[in-house]
Amino acid sequence: MALKAKDINVETRWQDLTEGLQIFEPGTSKDFNTGDWRTQTPVLDTEKCTQCLRCVPYCPDSSIPVVDGKRADFDLDHCKGCGICVAACPFDAITMKEGK
Amino acid sequence: MAIKERMSGNEAIAYAMKQINPDVMPAFPITPSTELPQMVSNYIANGQMDTEFIPVESEHSAMSAAIGASSAGARTMTATSSAGLAFMWEVLYVAASNRLPIAMALVNRALSGPININCEHSDSMGARDSGWLQIYAENNQEAYDNFVQAYRIAEHADVKLPIMICQDGFIISHGVQNIELLEDDKVKAFVGEYNPEHFLLNEKEVCSVGPYAITNYGMEAKKAQAHAMDNAKQVILDVAAEYEKISGRKYGLYEGYRLEDADYVIVAIGSVCGTIKDTIDELRDNGVKAGLMKVRVFRPFPGEEFAKALKNAKSVAIMDRAESYSSQGGPLGSELMAAMYRAKTKAETVNIVYGLCGRDVSVNDIKNVYTQLEDVAAKGAAGREYQYLGLRD
Repeated sequence: MALKAKDINVETRWQDLTEGLQIFEPGTSKDFNTGDWRTQTPVLDTEKCTQCLRCVPYCPDSSIPVVDGKRADFDLDHCKGCGICVAACPFDAITMKEGK
Repeated sequence: MAIKERMSGNEAIAYAMKQINPDVMPAFPITPSTELPQMVSNYIANGQMDTEFIPVESEHSAMSAAIGASSAGARTMTATSSAGLAFMWEVLYVAASNRLPIAMALVNRALSGPININCEHSDSMGARDSGWLQIYAENNQEAYDNFVQAYRIAEHADVKLPIMICQDGFIISHGVQNIELLEDDKVKAFVGEYNPEHFLLNEKEVCSVGPYAITNYGMEAKKAQAHAMDNAKQVILDVAAEYEKISGRKYGLYEGYRLEDADYVIVAIGSVCGTIKDTIDELRDNGVKAGLMKVRVFRPFPGEEFAKALKNAKSVAIMDRAESYSSQGGPLGSELMAAMYRAKTKAETVNIVYGLCGRDVSVNDIKNVYTQLEDVAAKGAAGREYQYLGLRD
């Protein structure tokens, strides 16, 4: 029986992978936190943030959730740390820190 | 009772295609394989086949459509030659890594340049690292027999890899010879229905093919693919043994011709082997212990078996119908010599490039090779690493 996608990890032996890496279940991207790739992390200064929401459409990974018309903190499971939001913010409310 | 006919290699393969009647054939015409899609189209138009023929706009599209059809669950075939195969390059690797048992009738022709339409193995030899199985024929009979065996090998649970059934352009593909065909029902029973375990059009199972593999997984995937190639050797032998029962014709990884006690052995692929066999008979009448090891299976490369078959030879000439511009010789020469080195085979070896761009090879040419082999064995030194046969210099 083929392994489920969520059970395949860096310990999985070549003998246990599916042929041609076929996947037999839908929606497996939910199991993968692409934010793992990040080497720098955005930090929001809520004092400076005016909730203009300009950063939201600039984020290429949809990692700035908006709740009730206001932006919430970053979705760090999927933020890849590109820093585009830093450049997009007119109020210098976002800075990048080293690491995850 | 077998059906006695006379056919060209292309007619023979097209006949096998009709008998197998696969689900889908995307193809684009290129000399000398053009007759294959043409003949299949005729069979379809005449109601003798119900294969879905897809006339695509290029060979890249042909192989891409074949990958799509095979992923969907269809038994799929195509045909091409030379630049057509080269244009499939990128997607050949995808067919293999996605583990799709597509059968391709390859009619070997020189890759440009100089632009040339005649026989050479440079097309399939260039694709030797693409992950496809490769089986070669000496004549139209073998081309037919190999194609009938193709899906049983490619679709086997231990293999699941695409397969190239190769025949020499024009010499086999357009040369008419006697042939024994099997009855339709025998071929259908032998090949069987295709029931893939996983396929995209299966409404009962979700399935994704060809996903991206990050560094952590790609290497394991390639190892699994290489392992399938290892498995293919035994499957090819098993399928051949079963085929012998219905055809009376015996196939292996190679064919030895007067090889057992031979001192001087030529190793070659394809139609030239007929000329070599005639030469051997003549030399044997004169007391020269000449022999032939004809390579049938090149992928997987049965290096151990080949080296074992050559263990008693005093000298060996490895014939390549392809130049690899490595300054070391042709692809068969390089791979076989590596296998012989590992097996500590004692024979002196020479690598001979011959028949490029369709250059004819005569019995006298082959006699010269055996004369050289006698000389090499007597001196105990092979001399120049590789040479061209029949070159004006």
